[in-house]
Amino acid sequence: MSATVFVAGIGVISGIGNNTSECLNALEKGETGIGKITYLQTNHRGLLPAGEVKLSNNELAVLSGFSPSVNRTAMLSMIAAKEALDNSGIKDIPGLRTGFVSASTAGGMDKTENFFTNFLTDRSKGKLRDVIYHECGSITAIVAEKLGIRNHVSTISTACSSSANAIMYGARLIKHNILDAVIAGGTDALTRFSLNGFNTLMILDEQYCQPFDENRRGLNLGEGAGYVLLTSERIASLLKKDPYCSISGYCNANDAYHQTASSPDGDGPYQAMTGALKMSGLRPQDIGYINLHGTGTQNNDNSEGAAIERLFHPHYPKMSSTKSFTGHTLGASAGIEAVFSALAVQKGIVYPNLRLQTPMKAFSFVPETTFSKYPELKNVLSNSVGFGGNCSSLIFSKL
Amino acid sequence: MKIYIRSASSISPQETFNNPLFLNELSEYPNNRLTCIEPDYNELIDPKLSRRMSRIIKMSVASALSCLKDAEITNPDAIITGTAYGCLEDSGIFLANMVEQDEEPITPTAFVQSTHNTIGAQIALLLKCNRYNNTFVSGGVSFENALLDATMLLMEKDTDNVLVGGMDEITDMSHTVLSRMGLYKRKPVPNRDLFKLNSKGTIGGEGAAFFLLAGTPSKNDIACIDALTTFYKPGDITETAQQVNSFLTAQSINCNDIDLLITGNNGDTRNDEIYVQLQQLLFGGIPTVSYKNLCGEYPTSTGFALWMGANVIKTNSIPAILNYKGTAQNKINKVLIYNHYQNTHHSLILISSC
Amino acid sequence: MDKLIADLKEQISVQLKLKNIKPEDIGDEEPLFGAGLGLDSLDVLELIVLLKQKYKLKVSAEDGPKVFRSVKSMAEHIIAKQVQNV
Repeated sequence: MSATVFVAGIGVISGIGNNTSECLNALEKGETGIGKITYLQTNHRGLLPAGEVKLSNNELAVLSGFSPSVNRTAMLSMIAAKEALDNSGIKDIPGLRTGFVSASTAGGMDKTENFFTNFLTDRSKGKLRDVIYHECGSITAIVAEKLGIRNHVSTISTACSSSANAIMYGARLIKHNILDAVIAGGTDALTRFSLNGFNTLMILDEQYCQPFDENRRGLNLGEGAGYVLLTSERIASLLKKDPYCSISGYCNANDAYHQTASSPDGDGPYQAMTGALKMSGLRPQDIGYINLHGTGTQNNDNSEGAAIERLFHPHYPKMSSTKSFTGHTLGASAGIEAVFSALAVQKGIVYPNLRLQTPMKAFSFVPETTFSKYPELKNVLSNSVGFGGNCSSLIFSKL
Repeated sequence: MKIYIRSASSISPQETFNNPLFLNELSEYPNNRLTCIEPDYNELIDPKLSRRMSRIIKMSVASALSCLKDAEITNPDAIITGTAYGCLEDSGIFLANMVEQDEEPITPTAFVQSTHNTIGAQIALLLKCNRYNNTFVSGGVSFENALLDATMLLMEKDTDNVLVGGMDEITDMSHTVLSRMGLYKRKPVPNRDLFKLNSKGTIGGEGAAFFLLAGTPSKNDIACIDALTTFYKPGDITETAQQVNSFLTAQSINCNDIDLLITGNNGDTRNDEIYVQLQQLLFGGIPTVSYKNLCGEYPTSTGFALWMGANVIKTNSIPAILNYKGTAQNKINKVLIYNHYQNTHHSLILISSC
Repeated sequence: MDKLIADLKEQISVQLKLKNIKPEDIGDEEPLFGAGLGLDSLDVLELIVLLKQKYKLKVSAEDGPKVFRSVKSMAEHIIAKQVQNV
């Protein structure tokens, strides 16, 4: 098995920008992408803020090359995946076995919602073209086709940790010498389905979310897509530019506590972080920055915080939740945050946790509140936690 | 590396669950929809824990628990599921609720359980299993990716055994939508006659199949997985044949080494044409059976096929309801399963006696 | 009050899918959570939806434990709110 997997390309679209440089610029300036809902047709407009990508479906169609009738999730996926592919330069190398491992939770739900409105009144109604790409897997397939990838096409859906698991799976397909390169990450559009779903769970913040704040009220949803292009050492050495970083550790563990709630002691995130560290051969004090899952709900931040306290006390790394910029992008979040983590370790930078006013009293650590240069940064840990207790941690290391 | 199938469990439209007899009798369905024969769940899952579970969740959890019991494993090192559609019933309930109530307060449970990884999560919760848990939603190769993930895990460190499952359900809504898309035959066709007609469309099916896979042998293994692969949208039949050939070559075998071929014919002439062409190009003379007259067509039907293939090896017999007319080998050592889903996702699974 | 309590038991049984418990077997003052019926946080949310849909009452997540202590406490909450609204 090949020892190291490298991040050779990155691509992202989110509420703070339509590509990597726009997102990085917003992160540097501290400009949030969360605001009033303006693109999604919903009764919650004006009541619930969200981190929408600031483009209409028609504008996304132009950028992605898809017809505007294709769902938003696929268009977001295409834009970010293509950026990662182009950014890597692997197209110059002929004969590579390239795969596409994408994650999503909502799939084509934004179009299915339209279909259902008519379908419910009459089972012969509703445009079929609105449901042909309902399945998450069909979105990966049409994007793969447009990217020209056929060697391996797969889709993962484990709620909010989906794209972390896609990145793990991609890395392992390379280690097992099944593929040479993989575009791995995830995509999710904001949908009425997820907005109303999270609303019934009473964990949406009617104001802008404040992750890891003592007075946090809940999360804001967001949308977007984020992918890393992973390669083996051999392929990385053939590329014109240096990779961003390596993926030195990863681990998935299950909290096995409750279908939606996280355990108070953070068993799941603790095991995921510990497992990733063990694989990388790093000690807790080697981690310089944690990109937190940090949704801003009472439950998540308590649980994740408890796990961090257990593992890192008393030497805490810098940490922040970039969901204060993008909102919680569900199946895309770990992909987007992988891109941010790769940039952090490559450039030696740390992002702020916006709107942090009163740090949580239960913990002795305090997340970062300003953007800062951190040239000594060697290793970044990125956490993800999803429904069903699904916890994943990834470690990005400087070369 | 050989992967050992320690146990296999299937809930399907046939009497496959907890039945010591192997496909001894055909359960017949008069129209284009095959529905799973479900056990009494109260004996299998604590009613307090199952009260919220939808049909697909109960079928899958029951199948998973039975599989673990047969393998004498209380807590597996990993749980991996593959499902193209996920929990359709709960998704449908929540969507309908949301539209009808015009986004006013609606029931959260259906939303929570609509998540694709609900089944893997429920199994972990029941077992208090803190280990690796993953769910693939890769259309027609969802189950195959779950298998691939499991085989990679078994080759890596720290994993001795993996619980792998493939499941999909039909709901009234999904059956209506898929019918409108032209997936099923226009007129009702009994499953008994699926392969007798030359017409477009197939019959719908569903099922939940679970396997306990291990990296080391035990005395009760029913079969071994030698290799598997998937490929996406081959350009033409020549490319498909090449894929099959290179798969067999990588295992240092050729077509003549296969004792039984299980193909995914689904009665749709457009679909089955590929199997016919491959018979001419490659598989001529190899004993062949098909299985979708038993379970219907659904994206994770290869779970049923693997359950069937493993039991063919274990019992060294080809059940009469598979309508195999030729003479089988004295000893069935190698079985190849080849399936494609609507000519997009193709898969090959090679299994053998241990 | 008795009619309201009987209605609530029926509605709770349906909303929470308590298939193995007959509505009349739920005690008026039996604790709904913890030891009693063994309900959890997701059921709190279901009960909040129930009161909103059937009785047009808004219960916050914080008030949940108090209001949903038992069927009787739910009935008392409904009556108190209805009096306020008259």
